[in-house]
Amino acid sequence: MYKITFKKRLNEQVVQMEILAPLVAKKAQPGQFIILRVNEEGERIPLTIAGYDREKGTVQVIFQIVGKTTLSLSQKEEGEFISDFAGPLGKPSEIEGVQKAIVVGGGLGTAIAYPYAKALHDNGAEVDMIAGFKTKDLVILEDEMKRACTRLHIMTDDGSYGGSGMVTVRLKELLEEDKEKNSYDLVVAIGPLIMMKFCALTTKEYGVKTVVSLNPIMIDGTGMCGGCRVTVGGETKFACVDGPEFDAHQVDFDEAIRRSAFYKEQETKAYEAHKCRLEEMR
Amino acid sequence: MANMSKTKLPIPEQDPLVRNSNFDEVALGYTEEMAVEEAERCLNCKNKPCEAGCPVNVKIPEFITLIKENDFEGAYKKIKETNSLPAVCGRVCPQETQCEALCVRTKNGESVGIGRLERFAADWYMKNVDEKAEKPTPNGHKVAVIGSGPAGLTCAGDLVQLGYDVTIFEAFHKSGGVLVYGIPEFRLPKAIVQAEIDKLLELGVKLETNVLGGKVITVDELFEQGYEAIFLGTGAGLPMFMNIPGENYNGVYSANEFLTRINLMKAYRGDYDTPIGVFKNVAVVGGGNVAMDSARCAKRLGAENVYIVYRRSEVEMPARLEEVHHAKEEGIIFKILCNPVEILADDRGYVDGIRCIEMELGEPDDSGRRRPVPKEGSEFELEVDCVVMAIGTSPNPIMKDNTPGLEVNRRGCIVADESTGQTSLEGVYAGGDAVTGAATVILAMGAGKDAAKAMDEYIRSKK
Repeated sequence: MYKITFKKRLNEQVVQMEILAPLVAKKAQPGQFIILRVNEEGERIPLTIAGYDREKGTVQVIFQIVGKTTLSLSQKEEGEFISDFAGPLGKPSEIEGVQKAIVVGGGLGTAIAYPYAKALHDNGAEVDMIAGFKTKDLVILEDEMKRACTRLHIMTDDGSYGGSGMVTVRLKELLEEDKEKNSYDLVVAIGPLIMMKFCALTTKEYGVKTVVSLNPIMIDGTGMCGGCRVTVGGETKFACVDGPEFDAHQVDFDEAIRRSAFYKEQETKAYEAHKCRLEEMR
Repeated sequence: MANMSKTKLPIPEQDPLVRNSNFDEVALGYTEEMAVEEAERCLNCKNKPCEAGCPVNVKIPEFITLIKENDFEGAYKKIKETNSLPAVCGRVCPQETQCEALCVRTKNGESVGIGRLERFAADWYMKNVDEKAEKPTPNGHKVAVIGSGPAGLTCAGDLVQLGYDVTIFEAFHKSGGVLVYGIPEFRLPKAIVQAEIDKLLELGVKLETNVLGGKVITVDELFEQGYEAIFLGTGAGLPMFMNIPGENYNGVYSANEFLTRINLMKAYRGDYDTPIGVFKNVAVVGGGNVAMDSARCAKRLGAENVYIVYRRSEVEMPARLEEVHHAKEEGIIFKILCNPVEILADDRGYVDGIRCIEMELGEPDDSGRRRPVPKEGSEFELEVDCVVMAIGTSPNPIMKDNTPGLEVNRRGCIVADESTGQTSLEGVYAGGDAVTGAATVILAMGAGKDAAKAMDEYIRSKK
């Protein structure tokens, strides 16, 4: 059993938690992920590590309530326990040698993108962070992001806060302004698959190396099930052990989008049923 | 007077057409009377050919004699002297190619049902005796076992009996390895595996779940923490695919994923959250036990048509005869001498068929089996909405990648001495599928046993 030592709601749908897991905290590096199970009947879900404190032995995750498992997890309170918490899994981010980067986060993805930005920034890189949200009410981690980068660019789809439009609008502007100098040596995009796909298309025009972090369906996270298969450069890779980060210009996003929807119908049913039960209990 | 019946006393089984829609155990086991009757078929040969066929040298005629004498507890204890998991072995060992293949009774009829008797003794003991295990006297030495499958459990069991302070590290949330994620409930009830593990814990074995050995904790770190010898029983967990077009469509699973969802995560039960697709027609590619398990699981999940697609003929199938027989009884359709060439999907990317080609057998290949050769122009399509690839697994590279100096062969298997399990690193031993590639539970147990002995000798020699 693993104790929840901290919990905070970042917005209506997004929750930040710290879990006491000293072995994981000891080894965790930016870019890696954990797999957790809320209870005995629960499924195993992967979540990217959002932060860690080696001294306290805690690992931070930030998740969005999208299904039954994340809803159950969101109902756990500080001091309560979850059944399982395994990691760190996957390969860490490669940040060495990067001098100037753009880190793009979309929605919940900003929670994963900001530690990446922070790692680059702490490592001496000049970092533009673009954080995209649907609307002002959903903006999360603004102060943390500000501290983790050189320039923060918040975008909202409806223009209610920051710049107006998708993250790719700002991304294109930054790359266009930099066209002559060509000084960015890395773009990192983390968020919904569709956002990562369009970020990759955008940066491809400018020939800037781009990395995305994938979070496909998986069970074990150790290379055993192959459920997380993704085609990268025409080859099948396992996101859990070969990734989760890949060269965005090589990833077959359409396939990844299709595969991620495989259990959608069942998941929606389970989520709705669970919500109904909760409401009855109230 | 010996029972001279030429055939084994049949073991009661659930009706095939009932059991193919439930996950309860297929074989129900002998009653006491039946066990004694079958035991009477053993001639108690002086030279005990059967024992030579057992990778852990169970004292077969001796335990069978005890059954004849109605001393079922004694029979169990006799088996337990050399086999730490009798209830498991009695169910999943390929006895027909091991002990039973060497039984004198096969010269004129069927062998003694050694596996069935082993299972009987183990089940009888579990049901009738509630004996608290006595903790062995600690010898003050710490050892680590990575992986809690059959090799690791056996190794841990033997070492704890010798007084070692044993810690098992398991990557999953539950121990048992392939016994819990791979082999289905209807062939090996999980309560039986758990009971065996509980016995080890009672003896003082410590279990650390959710720890991926090699990555979360390395071999060097274990030595630093005072473990004096380490056993690697990390299995062969990496699934193979065919590398044919369409393998990433929705509805294509590795057998590992398919079985893990069902067995470990209990996707077949409404009270568990892990999903599994609902399929009407399923093709399982492969001819081993894992393929049979996958096909029989698919049937139980409600598929109308389940096909085994295998490129050689039935004679070459690596699966146990009994499993092939059970699968057929349950309505699995065998498409032998067929090989998939492409997986087809609808415009949304969901599997809607598999294109296969007929094969014929040519000259023998490296494995000694006749090589299957495609018959030109014989392609045909099967309408399926799910394909399970059960064509084998290889060792997971995580241990190798994170353990400098650990030698592996070109197939990624850890190089270890055959009789001791000694690897290229001092104090590090290995056994089971991690060394041999995918093989049997009992071979892994044999290797775990040999390694335990070698580890004990190694630690003693250091003193």
